Amino acid sequence: MKDLTFDTLLAVFEEVFGVGLFWALVAVAAVITLAFLWVVLRDRHVKAVPFLRAELLAPIGAVASIWFVFAITSSGMKDMGGPIDLIVLLSIGVAGGVGSTILVYVMQSLIAKSS
Amino acid sequence: MIKPEDKKMLLPNMSRRGFLALAASGSALAVTRPGAQAESLKTKANIVILGSGAAGTALANRLSERMPNATITIVDGRKRHLYQPGFTLIAAGLKPAEYSVSKTEQWLPDTIKWIEEYASEVDPVAKKITTASGTKVTYDYLILATGLKLDFNSIEGMDLGLVGKDGIGAVYAGPEHAEKTWQAMDAFTDKGGIGLFTRPATEMKCAGAPLKYTFLTDDYARKKDTRGKVKIHYAAHSKSLFSVPIVNEKVRMLFDERGFETDYDHVMVAIDPGKKLATFNTPDGRKDLPYDFINVIPPMVAPDPVRFSDLAWQTGKWANQGWAEVDKYTLRHVRYSEIFAVGDIAGVPKGKTAASVKWQVPVVEDQLIAQIFGKEATQTYNGYTSCPLITRVGRAMLVEFDYNNNLTPSFPGIIAPLEELWISWLMKEIALKATYNAMLRGRA
Repeated sequence: MKDLTFDTLLAVFEEVFGVGLFWALVAVAAVITLAFLWVVLRDRHVKAVPFLRAELLAPIGAVASIWFVFAITSSGMKDMGGPIDLIVLLSIGVAGGVGSTILVYVMQSLIAKSS
Repeated sequence: MIKPEDKKMLLPNMSRRGFLALAASGSALAVTRPGAQAESLKTKANIVILGSGAAGTALANRLSERMPNATITIVDGRKRHLYQPGFTLIAAGLKPAEYSVSKTEQWLPDTIKWIEEYASEVDPVAKKITTASGTKVTYDYLILATGLKLDFNSIEGMDLGLVGKDGIGAVYAGPEHAEKTWQAMDAFTDKGGIGLFTRPATEMKCAGAPLKYTFLTDDYARKKDTRGKVKIHYAAHSKSLFSVPIVNEKVRMLFDERGFETDYDHVMVAIDPGKKLATFNTPDGRKDLPYDFINVIPPMVAPDPVRFSDLAWQTGKWANQGWAEVDKYTLRHVRYSEIFAVGDIAGVPKGKTAASVKWQVPVVEDQLIAQIFGKEATQTYNGYTSCPLITRVGRAMLVEFDYNNNLTPSFPGIIAPLEELWISWLMKEIALKATYNAMLRGRA
């Protein structure tokens, strides 16, 4: 590959998802992240019990994200061929786990506050 | 037990308004694209691009962006744009024929003129192109991006109407033929027999594709548990399976491991669909090989307007194939300095893949602009090409190399080029078409 610039990556992601869906996904991720930061700043700390609850759901997020990648491609666990494959697989799982933890924590915090 | 106090962080007091302002400025930074767009240049140059495939379309977009006042004309009668790297996936039953099909017009910039006709003649002395209807188109600069011609007629007995019937496949022939090839391969791997795989002795696009389809057929037979009834027979045109020695050795090892039978120096010249025999030229004369399924890959040559003009190689191994005689680094024609060739039509030792086009297009853009403005060009083409060499559904080897047969991995130390990896398959299945489309738009 000749150049792998930020602009190229952006263009490729826009093609993968379509421009509208890609930026909608970016916006959703940004809103959830900002909401997380907001509730942490608002509460001035991370509340242990809701966070623990959210962490307990992380494995579901991890497995779901890996399942999603297998579902949209013609591949599965049997196709892991080298260390980089396992690293990528685990990274997808970690991303799904962290994402779901943040999402669940934010939802709990917002619901708790409003009620 | 974790106490809330343990996780408590020291945070500054911040108002809701202050937080939102900070967040907004952060998001703005995140979505602002870096100033990668090159400066617009003023010229009224008359540029004609022959061909609206991957190379022609990408250049049309890039040149119209860089030189908005130039007159850019693209000449091509093709209404459909074909994503050719998708043909293997279609022929493997993983994608429908429509996966590779879009409209030519959807990729072309509004600012250029599209003449929806094929060229019939190029006169490089008069700097003029004649279209199929006789229209004359003059140019200051010409870019040859015609692609190539699949010469099925040179295989005696071959008729594209046979594809999909009686075990005949032709993955290269187009998306619909790739789909029919899948039907034939699917039936073959259900039933068993001899699978015969070939490649031509001419230059060809994506020289890894004949190997990929051999591996895929083997994979389906294994998955269907019919491998015991299937014999895989590969007829190589030369004394090797792949032009890059280190890759050739790896492929040879995989062929041995999977139990493929290989014949070298076999060039297919005829087919007898009734008797299910393919005829090959070999060092020992003509030889017939039987098949129950065959992937016919024809000789590939330059389209006639280039092949039968002074633009083609006049001597040497490509004299009868008609590729444009260009400098292999600058892609500029050796006799007509205002003419460039990009993509399959370029008569260079490597580079008939979309990955090569992605590298060549910015080189031609740079060389052409430097020439128009009397400056020195900075970019050259080093023969880079890339082949996600599929070895089964779900795994591939990301093979990248240059003119010197050096491996040129994009992710050295991370993605090993000669390992069968899932990540390389993901690139083929997910990232490749997206990158290709971004390239067409001039953004990658």
